[in-house]
Amino acid sequence: MSPGSQPPLSCQRCQRRPASVLVTSVVNGEKSNRYLCEECAREEGAYHLMLDPQFSVHNVLGGLIGQVPKTAPMGDAKEMVCPHCGHSYQRFAETGRLGCDRCYDCFGAQLDPLIRRLHGASDHHGKIPARAGSRLKRRKEVEHLREQLQEAIAKEAFEDAAALRDQIRRLEASTAEEP
Amino acid sequence: MTAWMQNRGPDSDIVLSSRVRLARNLAQMPFPQRMDEQQGQTVVDRIQKAVGALQSGWQLQLQSLNQVSGIDRQVLVEKHLASPALVQDPVRFEGVITDPSETISMMVNEEDHLRLQVFLPGLQLMEAWQVANRLDDDLERLLDFSYDSHLGYLTACPTNLGTGLRASVMVHLPALVLTRQIRELFTALAQIGVVVRGLYGEGSDVAGNIFQISNQVSLGFSEEEFIHSLNVVAEQIVGRERHARQFLSQSHALELSDRVGRAWGILTHARIISSEEALRLLSDVKLGEDLGILTIPGSASFSELALMTRPGYLMKAANRELNPGERDELRASILRKNLLAKDEED
Repeated sequence: MSPGSQPPLSCQRCQRRPASVLVTSVVNGEKSNRYLCEECAREEGAYHLMLDPQFSVHNVLGGLIGQVPKTAPMGDAKEMVCPHCGHSYQRFAETGRLGCDRCYDCFGAQLDPLIRRLHGASDHHGKIPARAGSRLKRRKEVEHLREQLQEAIAKEAFEDAAALRDQIRRLEASTAEEP
Repeated sequence: MTAWMQNRGPDSDIVLSSRVRLARNLAQMPFPQRMDEQQGQTVVDRIQKAVGALQSGWQLQLQSLNQVSGIDRQVLVEKHLASPALVQDPVRFEGVITDPSETISMMVNEEDHLRLQVFLPGLQLMEAWQVANRLDDDLERLLDFSYDSHLGYLTACPTNLGTGLRASVMVHLPALVLTRQIRELFTALAQIGVVVRGLYGEGSDVAGNIFQISNQVSLGFSEEEFIHSLNVVAEQIVGRERHARQFLSQSHALELSDRVGRAWGILTHARIISSEEALRLLSDVKLGEDLGILTIPGSASFSELALMTRPGYLMKAANRELNPGERDELRASILRKNLLAKDEED
């Protein structure tokens, strides 16, 4: 098509929708112009996703969230509401944003596959804040002691069990005192 | 004026700035989108108290956005100290914390309670991370951040989860655009999880051949690993741009100096100029200066000149609202003055 000629009214690919995008491609040094509708242009990958002015993280995220139900135990996920902040999963799906830090627990089953998709990982390997870090360490210690306590009870080693129980109480008390 | 715009850093001919951002939230407090006014104020108060208790070296000051004029808010965005979303319809509990050199800015109650960012000139991602990390450590002694042992720092949007880190470089790539290699480069970058945006972030136009390149993922690797991998990408981009510049100055020397000369002519003689045209021509002139084709008498850097063309900055300079026609006139005058380094008109 010569540059001066009139653009066609309908898409040169689907012949149905109105043409709205001029797609220029160069194959083996041969330049060609085609007038396509937005949908066909998108399907042919003519739009560069990241430079698309309509692109926003939340738009793309919305698309991802919509796809998650295939792998996640969704059920009535859309009606789920975080009891701590009142944010619904539906609202998250619309805005791409959660309501509070505890939404991550409440919607954990739905979020897990999404997080894997977004990051290709689901475990943090970065910085551990010093203060929260020491609390986490203590919580892990308590979990470990509880396991030992169960074992002691199963073995009917009651003296050991009593000592373990006191140790757990002390640790829990020191954790609770923190602001 | 913003320190990173005035100063030069490694690879400053191509990398205008390096930025590291950390997203943080206060534990057990709804995220900004979900909180009421009282909760919003509690977050501001806690952050302000912590900032006040920091060691004096940081010199951080909070500005409540509802007390900042519309023009000054626009300038905050143009200087990359605040996002457009934050300054739009500001409420009492939204704010920006900055230091006098504007190296550090912290947005309060934007998408997350705290968005801490550090800007340095040139390619200095690791250095910017070290500053951000130190400030984060100091704040963490005073504030309880939302954190989960598996997911890391918890953020309003799961895309920022984990380290809460986004590292980015602002790069000027005129030769890759001129030699039509840019699309291919962006396609390659997209495949390795690197995002390319325009000068003003998400959804902004690509103007003046300035691109923002950042990591997309924030979970699964350490901060240093993320920084390192973006640094490798940035170094490769710098290498390719240099190569393309060398090609242009060798095999298209005449066309190149013609282009640069024309840009210089318009910029130093125009009496009315749009921001789009100004940025496009400044890009050509910057390329010319980097390749030794011309010397700019004025001392303002490309980043400073680009800022001077923005509407908010112009209105700040005029100290009043200006209509687009008035801005185009003032822009032309400010550019002439700063490029020629003289108050007298030519």
